[in-house]
Amino acid sequence: MNAVDLKKISKKFHQFTAVKEMNLAIQPGEIYGLLGPNGAGKSTTIKMICGVLPPSAGEGHVLGYDLQREGEKIKQHIGYMSQKFSLYEDLTVLENIRFFSNIYGLTKKQAKERMEQIIQMAGLEGRANQMTGHLSGGWKQRLALGCAIIHKPKLLILDEPTAGVDPVSRRLFWEMLYELSAQGITILVTTHYMDEAQSCDRVGFVFDGRKLLEGEPETLIKEMQLKNLEDVFIKLVEQETQMSVKTRFDKLSFIKEGEDAAL
Amino acid sequence: MQRFKHIVIKEALHIRRDRASMVMLIMMPVFFMLMFGYAVNTEVDHIYMGVLDNDHTYESRELVRTFTTSNYFELYSYYHDIKAIDTALDSGEIKTAIVIPKGYGSDPIESEIAFFVDGSDPTVARTALQSGSLIAQSQKGMTLQGNFRTTVWYNPSMESRQFTIPGLMGLIMQNITVMLTAFSLVRERERGTIEQLMVSPIKSYELIIGKMIPYVVIGNIDFLITIFFGMVWFNVPFRGSMALLLILGNAFIFSALAIGMLISTVSKNQLQAMQMSFLIILPSVLLSGFVFPRDAMPTFIYYIGYAIPLTYFLDILRGIIIKGVGFEIIWQQTLALTIMSILLLTIASIRFKKRLE
Repeated sequence: MNAVDLKKISKKFHQFTAVKEMNLAIQPGEIYGLLGPNGAGKSTTIKMICGVLPPSAGEGHVLGYDLQREGEKIKQHIGYMSQKFSLYEDLTVLENIRFFSNIYGLTKKQAKERMEQIIQMAGLEGRANQMTGHLSGGWKQRLALGCAIIHKPKLLILDEPTAGVDPVSRRLFWEMLYELSAQGITILVTTHYMDEAQSCDRVGFVFDGRKLLEGEPETLIKEMQLKNLEDVFIKLVEQETQMSVKTRFDKLSFIKEGEDAAL
Repeated sequence: MQRFKHIVIKEALHIRRDRASMVMLIMMPVFFMLMFGYAVNTEVDHIYMGVLDNDHTYESRELVRTFTTSNYFELYSYYHDIKAIDTALDSGEIKTAIVIPKGYGSDPIESEIAFFVDGSDPTVARTALQSGSLIAQSQKGMTLQGNFRTTVWYNPSMESRQFTIPGLMGLIMQNITVMLTAFSLVRERERGTIEQLMVSPIKSYELIIGKMIPYVVIGNIDFLITIFFGMVWFNVPFRGSMALLLILGNAFIFSALAIGMLISTVSKNQLQAMQMSFLIILPSVLLSGFVFPRDAMPTFIYYIGYAIPLTYFLDILRGIIIKGVGFEIIWQQTLALTIMSILLLTIASIRFKKRLE
């Protein structure tokens, strides 16, 4: 059974169709990267997989639960973390962890055990009673990941988790993801960093609500005879929009003219 | 149930951490009660009066003294001609004036005294006119014909304070409680923390009621403060059961918090929540019967009043405090508040769920 299994899933908002007949199959234990420009429909797809947004058409299962009817059950078994830090800054580290452990119905013993592990994993020893708002970006992000996996989810969904984080923290974060993946957790991640995308087992390119291409990063690069994943990404967008991404600085001739006129 | 409990705990922590807001929540009822308690006094006395005495006799001076010793009027100045009186009324330095004609002393009954009243503020004018004619009547030795005896119940001295202070308590309670919850959900939306809650197994009603509970406690503290200021500071006699008032007060606190919650689920940011709160608070000041008696309103407006929780709460407050009535008299108002609370919270929960999608 696939961890995520979408068949011709669509989502319409009034006139606008954000996702068009999307098929997506993610195997258990896989790290799957969902790539695409802003507004391509990545976030909508993720919201549907989280059980927050029911699809307008199509059929889908997440961890074996039906997307249309069993959203509540899906929520209990997935972990989610978004680009925006969504823990409480006016609560301490410990209070945040405790709140989420209780929201997912952990027993006192489980909660205590995992609290210690999460603090260790995030490198927050000795800072358990600090206000979360006072932590630096990397710590916040690792704490958010800790809270997202506190209930041992089988599927972890990460929406641009490393946006605006320094390179060291990003590397640390991905080390943690490999660790989780090795323990058998399926990971679905969206990102704009192509080095991160390259670390995924498989990636899928989404554009204008459709999935254009899918495969292992190395295979895709070879097939398209390009240097790296970034070039694959840009080439795909160029093909779709019939537009060159190359800068057209010559058109900005007024900059030079302005200089002359000023003299 | 565990989830619910921990939402309550989390919300209480937020409130405790926000010291400035905490102080505000306690100081607001104190400040409002003191400021408005003195301002809403509709009793008018010591109205400035100007006098033009053309008679200069013992009798004319006696007449002026009767006015000035009545407590309603205060002698501002003597004037020497009618023009000066006119100017003084125009400028507003005096609100009333009497003009005593020549020959008043020799024939008080037949001479015509002119009494001018500045009608621009009807409340002042009415009081001046009433007390003015009463004094004039007693002075001329006239008595009311027939055997007319009136008795005023509940508030025999007709002190306006006994009526306005309980109403003010209700109004202040409404203004504070609606605001409390109006910001609660929208704040999480602005900070982005709502996203993490959305993907968790929390049910929308657990979140909404859970977030509300700590504010019920604050609402009760504020209620005790307003009662203290009403009864002790402003000395309004309390005729009914305090326990009953405290219990029924919660029916109102719930309904007002529920309005705030609904605002919070509908608005996109704190500014919108603020605007919407005012949209509710301002009309309720007038339509609930706080200022103007609802009996005098046109039918349509009168019925709108029934949609405002404050209307029922004012009945409860005035009923228990001024009249000392029991639950058997105000159970309908309590029921209305309870139904309103349940209805508003249900709508808020459904709306919140819809908003997620």
